[in-house]
Amino acid sequence: MRKLVSLVLTAAFAVTSCLSLAGCSGNPAATTAAATTKAGESAQESKKPDESVPATASIKVGAIYINSQNDTAGYTFAHHKGITEGMKQLGLDPSKDLYIVDNVPEDDEKVKQAIDQLAGDGCNIIFGISFGYINAMEEKAAEYPDIIFSHATGYKSNDKNFNNYFGRIYQARYLSGIAAGYKSLALKNDNIGYVSAWGVEYAETCSGINAFALGARSVNPNAKIFVYEISTWGDQEKERQAAQVLIDTYKCCVIGQHCDSAQPQIVANEKGVFGCGYNSDMTKEAPKAHLTAAVWNWSAYYATAIKAAMTDKGSFMQSVGNYYQGLSAGLVDVSALSENCEPETAEAIKIARELMTSGKWDVFSGVKLVFSGKAGAVAVEQKSDALKTNKGEEKVAAGGASVGDDVIQGSMNYYVDGVTQVN
Amino acid sequence: MLDVITLFLFSIIVYNIPLLYGTAGEIMIEKSGSLNLGVEGTMAIGAVAGYLIGMRSGSLLVACLVSFAASGLVGLLFAFLTVTLQANQNVTGLTITTFGVAFYYFIGNAVSNSDAKWPALGGSRLDAQFQPIEIPLLSKIPVIGKVLFSHSILIYLGIIIAVVMWFYFEKTNPGLKLRAIGENPGAADSLGVNITLYKYVHIIIGSGIMGIGGLYMALNMGGTFEGSNCWINGYGWISIALVIFANWSPAKAILGTLIFGFFNTLRVQNAPLATAFPATLGWLTKIPAQFFSALPFIITLIVLILSSVRKNNNSNEPSAIGRNYYREDR
Repeated sequence: MRKLVSLVLTAAFAVTSCLSLAGCSGNPAATTAAATTKAGESAQESKKPDESVPATASIKVGAIYINSQNDTAGYTFAHHKGITEGMKQLGLDPSKDLYIVDNVPEDDEKVKQAIDQLAGDGCNIIFGISFGYINAMEEKAAEYPDIIFSHATGYKSNDKNFNNYFGRIYQARYLSGIAAGYKSLALKNDNIGYVSAWGVEYAETCSGINAFALGARSVNPNAKIFVYEISTWGDQEKERQAAQVLIDTYKCCVIGQHCDSAQPQIVANEKGVFGCGYNSDMTKEAPKAHLTAAVWNWSAYYATAIKAAMTDKGSFMQSVGNYYQGLSAGLVDVSALSENCEPETAEAIKIARELMTSGKWDVFSGVKLVFSGKAGAVAVEQKSDALKTNKGEEKVAAGGASVGDDVIQGSMNYYVDGVTQVN
Repeated sequence: MLDVITLFLFSIIVYNIPLLYGTAGEIMIEKSGSLNLGVEGTMAIGAVAGYLIGMRSGSLLVACLVSFAASGLVGLLFAFLTVTLQANQNVTGLTITTFGVAFYYFIGNAVSNSDAKWPALGGSRLDAQFQPIEIPLLSKIPVIGKVLFSHSILIYLGIIIAVVMWFYFEKTNPGLKLRAIGENPGAADSLGVNITLYKYVHIIIGSGIMGIGGLYMALNMGGTFEGSNCWINGYGWISIALVIFANWSPAKAILGTLIFGFFNTLRVQNAPLATAFPATLGWLTKIPAQFFSALPFIITLIVLILSSVRKNNNSNEPSAIGRNYYREDR
């Protein structure tokens, strides 16, 4: 009897564990799709949308993700979408030529294993999307000189096959700040909240907060930005509670955010205030609250990088190099303005966008934009005004040029005038 | 100043009531002598099943029943494996947690990537029924009114379940038999109590209660599914620790939930407190955020250490917990 019982048990466990594994294992797109590709599809593939790519060129793209490739929102989702769309623009088939290792934590050993695996698959270019992959990628770039390593959000590179890439998301945040500024004017409430993963510890978050604040104050010069730092990139419950505190205790009428989930927008929706999302258009999560979101369009970079790797791998660091683009390259933008926006918003955003894409003006300079006028006649004045921190320290003299990219990417560790961190 | 305190106390209840569901459900199961470590997975399955079908039907009652049924089915699996097949309870529970959370992602991804898309809670009929109910007059009292008398119906339900469960254990005949099974199944068996039936029923009901807790978390989080973030987020594990903290009493579980909730809320809302009371609580902002994040778990650890130190006559831990009852072994 006992033996029978234990036999049945073993079988039961085997079945349950198989089921649970099936639930979490990432779908290896490359292996499954190779078998299902029909012969007829190859004829369509020869019509490459991008004619400058030699028809004979073939490439295998590798990608290392911090979360799952099956995510439906958030950071990994945005990059996965960017890579697959970029590949399609080049006439490549992501289900065949894209190799993914996902759910890779920021642990040197794990990242190295993932790189070895992708190198073994024959990848010609490997993207790593998370900051903490930096050292492993640097080391492996030296070990595999024939493979191009491309690292998001990092600062390391070499002169042959290892670059880093990121974007001027602060430009998009400035635009979303304009939308927030008009809303606060209309509501006659100067308090604007901002749920942020980190504060001045990272230039990425700090420059985003500052740009959002400058954008809001270009419309409403009295606007005050209250920043709530949650000390993690993503924790839905904390994001939610932080937004609640900003609305209930600090009486904020618009909630901006730099964190993974849509919780701050959902809370704004519940509480009848407004918000500016991040990473994706969050209007569907917060239909009554969402104004516009600062979004990434990573395919702009991925198409450029993959194309360069296909055409002339040897000159990758000359043709692409360390990549840092913004609105003008289409790498960042704001999502479509929702119906919740004030009527002046679209015009003002258009004006600011043109100033930035033409290169005539940038956010962190000694010139501030001042918007005035009603819808249909929105005017902008470029006013010489020093860029000051919230402690009164002058960073850029009135009329001065923008701070350097190294500051925006690396050393910015102050808030501009009008920003208060509440915790 | 007053609204800072109000929001703080209000958040303690709103964000931590799922712990009470998890703890109460687990107490019921442990009283029958079974240790179910699958709380996290059971709650995840109840959450995703109840949310999706509840959204389809537009009824909170249907959502609750589906959550209860789905998690009850998981309980049935646990009971079948451990009671009938005599599997190791720890391993079975862990398997259920792995399975349940993976099932959550599996279903969530499948629905999100399908044409139907993931249903949004905001503005739906389910959302309207989940909204706080302001109890007339009482909800108008300053501070207390908001903290105690303006909550969603599921919060009141959780407290009612805990109180009813306490009454059931302490004052009724089946409750007494159940406790006997947990203490000494051999003796209960010799008195003619149907051990297998009792275990099955209570494991299923306990699991079902956990499922409603999972549904609450789904609704409280605005019902969004994001590929790498589970609604339950460790609350199932904390519930298991709270069972010990509550000394296997559903009434004390309410207290445990509030105490744990206090530290859990302090994790996020220490800054407003420090701003509102700079003289007395200003020091809160000097403590690193990471410490606050760890605090609920440090408290859990301390509770576990203290409760194992004071292990004596005061402990209500069922003596036969974790051991399968096999009649032929007697």
